[in-house]
Amino acid sequence: MKMGKRDFNKKYRNYHQARWDEPIIFELTQPGERGILLPEAEPEVEAAGLPELGAMVRKNAPKLPEMSQMRVLKHYMHLSQENIGADETVDIGQGTCTMKYNPKINDRMAGLPGFADIHPRQSESTVQGALELMYQTEQMLKSISGMDRFCMHPGGGAQAVLTIATVVRDWVDAQGLTDKKDEIITTIFSHPANPACAAVKGFKLITIYPDKNGRPDLEAMKAAVNERTAAVFITNPEDIGIYNSDIKEFTKLVHDAGGLCSYDQANANALLGITRAREADFDLCFFNIHKTFASPHGCGGPGCGVMGVREHLVKYLPAPLVGYDEKKDRYFLDYDSPSKTTRIKDFYGVLPAIVRGYSWMRNLGPDWLREVSRVAVLNNNYVFKKIMAMRGVGAPYAEGEFRMEQVRYSLQKLKEETGIGVAEFINRMFDYGMHLWSSHEPWIVPEPFTVEPTESYSKAELDEYLAVLEKVIDECYKTPDVVRHAPERAAIHHTDHDIQDDLKRAAITWRAYNKKYTGYFEPKA
Amino acid sequence: MTHPYIPNSVPKIQEEMLREIGAKSIDEFFKCIPDDLQFKGRLAIPEPLLSEAALKRHVEGMADKNTPATRVVSFLGGGCWNHYVPASCDEINGRSEFLTAYAGDPYEDHGRFQALFEYASMMAELLEMDVVNIPTYDGAQAAGTALRMACRITERSRVLVPALMSPDRLKVIRTYLHPQIEVETIAADKENLTLDLADLKAKLNDKTAAVFIENPAFLGVIETQGEKISKLAHDAGALFVVWADPSSLGALTPPSGYGADIACGDIQPLGIHMHFGGGRGGYIASRDEAKYIEEYPSRLFGISPTTHGEWGFGDVAWERTSFAKREDAKEFVGTAAALWGITAGVYLATMGPQGMADLGNGIMKRARYLANALGKIKGVRVATNAPFFKEFPVTFEGKKVAEINEALLSRGIHGGHDLTPDYPNLKNSALYCVNETMTKADMDALVSALSEILKG
Repeated sequence: MKMGKRDFNKKYRNYHQARWDEPIIFELTQPGERGILLPEAEPEVEAAGLPELGAMVRKNAPKLPEMSQMRVLKHYMHLSQENIGADETVDIGQGTCTMKYNPKINDRMAGLPGFADIHPRQSESTVQGALELMYQTEQMLKSISGMDRFCMHPGGGAQAVLTIATVVRDWVDAQGLTDKKDEIITTIFSHPANPACAAVKGFKLITIYPDKNGRPDLEAMKAAVNERTAAVFITNPEDIGIYNSDIKEFTKLVHDAGGLCSYDQANANALLGITRAREADFDLCFFNIHKTFASPHGCGGPGCGVMGVREHLVKYLPAPLVGYDEKKDRYFLDYDSPSKTTRIKDFYGVLPAIVRGYSWMRNLGPDWLREVSRVAVLNNNYVFKKIMAMRGVGAPYAEGEFRMEQVRYSLQKLKEETGIGVAEFINRMFDYGMHLWSSHEPWIVPEPFTVEPTESYSKAELDEYLAVLEKVIDECYKTPDVVRHAPERAAIHHTDHDIQDDLKRAAITWRAYNKKYTGYFEPKA
Repeated sequence: MTHPYIPNSVPKIQEEMLREIGAKSIDEFFKCIPDDLQFKGRLAIPEPLLSEAALKRHVEGMADKNTPATRVVSFLGGGCWNHYVPASCDEINGRSEFLTAYAGDPYEDHGRFQALFEYASMMAELLEMDVVNIPTYDGAQAAGTALRMACRITERSRVLVPALMSPDRLKVIRTYLHPQIEVETIAADKENLTLDLADLKAKLNDKTAAVFIENPAFLGVIETQGEKISKLAHDAGALFVVWADPSSLGALTPPSGYGADIACGDIQPLGIHMHFGGGRGGYIASRDEAKYIEEYPSRLFGISPTTHGEWGFGDVAWERTSFAKREDAKEFVGTAAALWGITAGVYLATMGPQGMADLGNGIMKRARYLANALGKIKGVRVATNAPFFKEFPVTFEGKKVAEINEALLSRGIHGGHDLTPDYPNLKNSALYCVNETMTKADMDALVSALSEILKG
């Protein structure tokens, strides 16, 4: 047998994702199989019987799959192997989302019965630990932001923006300015939830575009601000990773016009212990615990968007907040200082994310937290330098300047030279086990991609990612067809996406599929 | 010293990287921040617990100050429920390929797309509806969005909701619908606590976009007038929106069976721990019609063919979402509760049709047993004549609910949720809730404790 030889210079891997050809779960049903049994009721309980329900008795059993327990488990194990998390790859290609290491100890802590199995309506005396943890988390966030009070309720960053838009709405209404202050200003490089949530709360939107240096255009801002301005919803650094040094001029303009200033700090990974919302004169801000504070993203939630305000806005926060009575040394749910009518979400916040964020901050303490941001920015500028030396890649704006925690790059030149754009490029990246993301829409930067290395990856891992980027670029020039046919080594091959925009053909559930199709996408007459 | 979560805290590596970048120090990167914005102090955060062992001891100490419902007998419900969580659910949602993934495309995250498509598909069978969203934050948000959808579909801006609905859910709805949509409440029948149809009729008009009910309702009662409500709503040109607890649907007729146009609710009962009220996800379901699909703000995953005959997936009608349309989108979308959706899928597949029927029926029998037994205690009255699912209001004479609950707590029992502050008409009442794991002994313990407390 002829043996191969390992190439020690090759930095990218001979990757292949698991490919299980996994059936849809309904295809695995075997009538009569059971996945779990429930406790039987005792004869006396059984004798109580069912109430008179008339038409409310379900006639046909739901057509759920019937499967033994191991079969269910194996199905999901296969699906998990056809997925890839930050634990499996160098997940720096999902810029703006801070895909850092989510320490396992924090998962274990969040799952302790003392946190996972407590009911929100238990007597406060039986949940002192949970309340204390939430209260102490708030104290740490206050120090990091300089805000005066935090509401932990929102289940993600977008819901935190909704909470902010709600506070602004209530603040405007309370002053009797409903018809007079009806505009919110945001920037095009702010997350789309900012304009979307402002619109839900009835505001008109004005969007500021970047100047030639990539910073929100100060002159455009001056022209936009007036007595109708209820608030500005702004991010700094924005998605493109460039810090806006004039930020205080922006907040001053809005304050002078009698408006509020909200700071989207969903991603604050460059800023811990470096600069704060308070000194830049913001009235409101929020952090995503599932980004900066190391709670896992869970395929898209559960997340947690903790939202902070200055003292003058506390009365508009949704109740309850968590309070501490020093005399009695008791933590309690405070329904008095915040708003009695506003509510954003059931109960008090996503505790499993809050436990993880608390645990993460307590592990790091004040100095390592600062080092998190310093190393995140160091890593980014290292990767930035290396990528800018690659063929066909550019990064618009602020030429010659360093970046903060992320960079928005452009493959425009590569597309012009090879015909391959970012959508195809991304597919080939995964043939080497690496994820890459473009950017939010609209694509102001043409053929964009966004890299955010965070503090979690070693130089060797960053080099591995860079080697894959370089390899795929090289393929675009030399073997473009290979790139066009990618992915070759993922769980599945090229997918028809047009079907999803044709609602007559789209099937959002298996039930709908079986009404529209037979076999493999053969339309029913 | 270096930190285990920060590999490049090794000084030699930092120097090497700075050299390659052409910078003298990390401070150089932050020169763009004006001096008056640089944070000069030290964060007011406790000194670090650097060893994992010390951290674990500290956080476990906080968890130990809480009493989990699994260690007592708890009769608390009211929107968050202590259902049994199968081990498989925790096993799958702990898989790091799911837990630490986020926003990969339909190739690399094929497993996420399929698992969530299957979640939606199993919910669709439970609900007998053809479209189900990728979960939103919770049932309250789902209700708010379902009502905004109804307003856009009907081009009207007034909704009717039950006066006795969950007070917190009502607050979420009012907050979310303000300022464009008006919310009005419908009175309840005093004996049954179900909807007062005469009041509904009086309030329905050509401005009504939707009639919303909970079934089972917050106070536990099962609304058996669904078809009548549906007809009244539809005759007025309004949509019928029903908030339904999925744990009831193996035994009870789903909302589509009595005319609901949109169903919504919370998936917490489907294999998700209570987490102090922090483990939640909202479902929204409807018919497979463009006029409904186009109004969802949520992600919707559809099935696709691939070049190799595999099952593939993708986002349906992406252009609806705020990711594509910013302020011109259908409401907004963001990171919400995907992992709980996957978890609920594992739960529904594990339970199967028989498991869901056993769950619903087992709960209803236990609730009836407990209600019968409580009703026999002097000074205790079950405050509804309607059938109920897993919870029901109980009115006490003689002692205040708060006092009773205090006395129960000292006996290791978590008494029902005190309704007194939110329901002035249900004076001195509490909402008692059972689950599928409750034994006769658990319930008898409550009955004898209450008999004792109320006697004394």
